[in-house]
Amino acid sequence: MASEALPLTLHKGPLAVVYEWLGTADHKKIGFMYIIYALLFLVIMGIEAILMRIQLAHANSHFLSPQVFNRLFTMHGTTGVFFVAMPILFGFGNYLVPLMIGARDMAFPRLNAFGFWMTAFGGLLLYGSFFAGDGVLHAGIAPDVGWFAYAPLTATAFSPGHSTDYWTLSLLLAGVGSIAGGVNFVATILCMRCPGMTLSKMPLLAWMNLVMGGLILVTISPLTAAQLMLVADRYLGAHFFDTQAGGSVVMWMHFFWIFGHPEVYVLIIPCFAFVSEIIHVFSRKAMFGYPAMVAATVSIGFVSLGVWAHHMFTFGMPSYGNAFFVLTTMVVAVPTGIKIFNWLATMWGGKIRFATPMIFAVGFLFQFLIGGLTGMMLATAPFDWQLGNSYFVVAHFHYIIVGGILFTIFAAFYYWFPKMTGRMLDETLGKWHFWLFVIGFHLTFDFMHIPGLLGMPRRVYTYEAGRGWETWNMISSIGAIFQTVAILIFVYNMIRSYFLGAPAGNDPWDAWTLEWATTSPPPDYNFAVVPSVRSRRPLWDIKHPDDPDWKYE
Amino acid sequence: MSVRGESIAVTDAPWHIPSRGRVGMYCLIVAESAIFTIFVAAYVFYIGKSLSGPTPREILHVPILSTICLLSSSLTIHWAMAALRKGKTVGFSVFWFITFVLGAIFIGATAREWHHLIYQEGFTIQTNLFGSTYYALVGLHASHVIAGLIGLTIVMILALLGKVKREHSERCEVLALYWHFVDAVWVIVFTTVYIVGR
Repeated sequence: MASEALPLTLHKGPLAVVYEWLGTADHKKIGFMYIIYALLFLVIMGIEAILMRIQLAHANSHFLSPQVFNRLFTMHGTTGVFFVAMPILFGFGNYLVPLMIGARDMAFPRLNAFGFWMTAFGGLLLYGSFFAGDGVLHAGIAPDVGWFAYAPLTATAFSPGHSTDYWTLSLLLAGVGSIAGGVNFVATILCMRCPGMTLSKMPLLAWMNLVMGGLILVTISPLTAAQLMLVADRYLGAHFFDTQAGGSVVMWMHFFWIFGHPEVYVLIIPCFAFVSEIIHVFSRKAMFGYPAMVAATVSIGFVSLGVWAHHMFTFGMPSYGNAFFVLTTMVVAVPTGIKIFNWLATMWGGKIRFATPMIFAVGFLFQFLIGGLTGMMLATAPFDWQLGNSYFVVAHFHYIIVGGILFTIFAAFYYWFPKMTGRMLDETLGKWHFWLFVIGFHLTFDFMHIPGLLGMPRRVYTYEAGRGWETWNMISSIGAIFQTVAILIFVYNMIRSYFLGAPAGNDPWDAWTLEWATTSPPPDYNFAVVPSVRSRRPLWDIKHPDDPDWKYE
Repeated sequence: MSVRGESIAVTDAPWHIPSRGRVGMYCLIVAESAIFTIFVAAYVFYIGKSLSGPTPREILHVPILSTICLLSSSLTIHWAMAALRKGKTVGFSVFWFITFVLGAIFIGATAREWHHLIYQEGFTIQTNLFGSTYYALVGLHASHVIAGLIGLTIVMILALLGKVKREHSERCEVLALYWHFVDAVWVIVFTTVYIVGR
């Protein structure tokens, strides 16, 4: 491995640099590649979203054809979940977990590289459909079966050509990559901790990535299994989801959502981790209720495995099935509420600094709460019968994915960018980014609930005038403009700060976890001396030898 | 403030962390178990739901001999590992080889069973729901056995070259864990396909 040659100060040719990155097994380089890769796909899915918002801005629009609209929402959803959210969180996890637990690298560096490249090729394969998905039948280029690809729409009879094959094979590849990542996270966090870092002294980020890794093992695998069945159906003529031969389409729904719902927690739990690290540093207090936070995270992980069929209320279930999934879904609110109160209690009485990472984290708290409340509304089966598959659902999950997950990812960028590059992101541009994005987000997604309540179904490519949906859709589309400008500012800020930003130093936020103990950016070997810790805030102990944490924990 | 390289006075407690090879393999086993769970669920759900014949009772024969071979290979790999931990490399090689042979007998028997079903009975993955679920579940397991056999072969070649020593027991243990998993899954698959499903 190129990264094993210690100080890389020698001047290298461009070919050597390319080789170094392609062949690397270093967790920081892999993490970086995950993040860059995810940002590229974020831009692509954003463009897809903008095209759809232009189409929906007014009634009877013919900006896009129905076929193109179907492809756009399929690609937007699939890209967002598998090739933006997952890789960006894997990227941060890869970069941060070894640094925060005082390790040299992940437990299995080569497996880590394998996982990244599988995910990367999965994404390329998905978009390869634009070039070859047409097949000989001229049946349409990109996949158009929706991101949950309900059977029997995916059967060869209804999806001729190869576009659906691209969809299923790319998710199969990305799934294998994710499982490799999950194995790596669990093994790293359990087996690579530096001396003294017992499980009860790990940073919350490590704890939550441990839970995420465990969840990946049990949630991505069912998706992989279901994709294998779909491949067998499409290529070998098997009958898993073939109703003509007695197969069941509801079984696909079950298998998909057994993956699909815990997947939401795979995405949100690392975001909880970012918020937990950021809020206590910017409140200048130790995390309130650390054990409760860990317990809440673990219990969310467990409960999330038993809620999947709340995506299926509208397909009809026996009353005890409805009751079970309503109750389990509502139980999720309990540990989630514990978390929100813990974050609030951490801020309470703290000396809060509203730097950009913190304002994004506070934005998350507010928006995640509202998204959770609409989730509770949809968890009520009769309410869901009324609003299932409406724009209310779309608004709800975008509230979580954009208002919750994307906001914390932005917070994480502003917080850890200095560590990764050695330069600060610009605070003024950061504030502009935040406020424009908040305005755009609320314009788009607050007002999206209303056409849903008025009966607008999701996935329609256009609608008739005079149903009272036009104004709300226009407002949503206007919000997209604000979000686009905010993202452009963010991208500009990152590029500009990478070259011209103020030097960050080792520890710009006066933080307490181990990643801030090394240089910015960290050397290949991370720590010159293997650190040892005695408390949850090892840097506090170093900075305040007269009053260390370990005397009280 | 430079804190790089400094460390806090360590507590005197000795520092134990689990072996990453084992933990990694346990994680893989959890993930694989989830995959098998979905295939078993599909199999059980579709029992008796085929719209056309043949039924399992008409064409499936219980593979008792190969099951005995596969399950006893867990025992022989356990003995191989016990020998390696004591540094008895010859004993290790012998038991490791027997494990490989038992696994190979199992996969050969599966191949014969499939050959019979496909060429004599004309029963394929396309025939009916039973065919789809049967070949998928048994094939998924068989592919795991083949992966295990490849691993066993690599270690066997290294052992013949005299490269496997006592200090490698931790690594061989990881492969042995996988082999035990493959055997344990067969108990589930066997029960589902040849007892419950028949």
